[in-house]
Amino acid sequence: MLALVTIFGDLQYPLAKLVMAILLAVFFALVILYTARARRGAALYVRPIGGLSAMNEAIGRATEMGKPVLYVPGMGDVDNIQTIAAVVILSGVAKLAASYDTRTIVPIRSPMLFPVAEETVRNAFVDAGRPDSFNRDDVRFLSNDQFAFTAGVTGIMLRERPAANIYMGAFWAESLILAETGFLAGAIQIAGTANVSQLPFFVAACDYTLIGEELYAASAYLSKNPELLGSLKASDVSKVMWGAIILIGTLAASNSFLDRFLDRAFGLPTFADLFTFTTGD
Amino acid sequence: MLALVLYQHVGLWVGALLTLAIFSFLYKDNPVYKFAEHVFVGVAAGWTVAYTYWSAFVPNLWTPLDDLFHGKTEDEEVVWSWLLVVPATLGLLFFARFTQKWAWLSRWSIAFLVGTYAGVNLTGMFQTNLILQAKATFVNLNPNGFPAGVNGMEQVFLYNLPILFGVLACLTYFFFSKPHAGFIGVTARIGILFLMAAFGASFGYTVMARISLFIGRLQFLFSEWLGQYFESLRQLA
Repeated sequence: MLALVTIFGDLQYPLAKLVMAILLAVFFALVILYTARARRGAALYVRPIGGLSAMNEAIGRATEMGKPVLYVPGMGDVDNIQTIAAVVILSGVAKLAASYDTRTIVPIRSPMLFPVAEETVRNAFVDAGRPDSFNRDDVRFLSNDQFAFTAGVTGIMLRERPAANIYMGAFWAESLILAETGFLAGAIQIAGTANVSQLPFFVAACDYTLIGEELYAASAYLSKNPELLGSLKASDVSKVMWGAIILIGTLAASNSFLDRFLDRAFGLPTFADLFTFTTGD
Repeated sequence: MLALVLYQHVGLWVGALLTLAIFSFLYKDNPVYKFAEHVFVGVAAGWTVAYTYWSAFVPNLWTPLDDLFHGKTEDEEVVWSWLLVVPATLGLLFFARFTQKWAWLSRWSIAFLVGTYAGVNLTGMFQTNLILQAKATFVNLNPNGFPAGVNGMEQVFLYNLPILFGVLACLTYFFFSKPHAGFIGVTARIGILFLMAAFGASFGYTVMARISLFIGRLQFLFSEWLGQYFESLRQLA
């Protein structure tokens, strides 16, 4: 360990980068391990997620009322991991809606996302056995501007009166405007985002909310994709690992015994220093 | 000078009337709001196209390639300029969507974009969203381990212990591999209570920020727009 630290020290890599490299390697190893298990057909349990069962209810309601479903895949671009999760969920939602012969309106902010969303919805209609029901105009690029897009989506809510509004992905300041307008329009609303600052608005104005990582878990749960299930399992194991690291860190911060041990045994600074990135890293 | 004054007045009036048109939605959806909404969406789309063309396409791709083909590029820059053919090709592949036969080619561009961003962001996200957050949770639970003048008991039981327990409880809530029953269920339940308390605080904080935005629009209407006319009337009086 000390030798590695010395080598990395000579290369002017700070200690925290070595720790980060080890932790990333462990995480990747877990992802590969669990993905391989999922591919071999091992049953990987994922607990039920409240908002997901509500989606069936919402799409069923829209079908009964003869109204469309509105699915907003966030404000993020196609390189945003939340947007990717949102597109995976869109596939499931559009397929279910297509099987009921219900329209799914998908307003898009990012030009890059537009072809991905269009193809996802088209494939969902094909998978549901209704390729002819797919309407290209239901996947709409509105605007790249945040609030112009928001104005466009609220316009759809008020004029086309979807019975179910589903917001999944990355949202920013527009979250409350969307959720509040949808509430006024009387739609059942389900939201999911990992943008912590916007979650309070969705929790307050929507019927169901997928909080943070539930968004990613939902995409794995719906798709049963081995890669997604594998990374979900790996992240669960790494949560246990990080819980242990936090407890050790707290122990070290509360009692200098561990830090003295690290210093004497390995010549290392305090435990917290293993996670300290110096200025200019 | 006259043109500038006219431009300023027209700009103010357009801004003020569009603000009022948007505020009219507070009553209900109406043709004035619809007009403002369509103007906003259309202008934003047009502005984005023009801005992207002049700030990204022309300086980053068109000009360097134009210089290259006209022999104006410095020798040491030639290789880098030739490399621009790669993003240019990836960009052009997006237009393959206009044909059914070649539409699949656009996936290459998207795959390149997603893969590059995932790789570039990986270490940064890991560092800021995970390691530094975890480090902030290494709290001191020893009441005697604080500097003189700090109430150790208060610090431990009012601040540090709730932070540690709250983080661990919230982590348990986001554990998907076991059903939320028994000990895990109780801890997850406590975790969601911590989350809701944090959401409540965040909600109040953000609402205050939104009110300041609303005040900003009112200041524009009453100070910048109407204010100048009130000032003229006051001077006349």
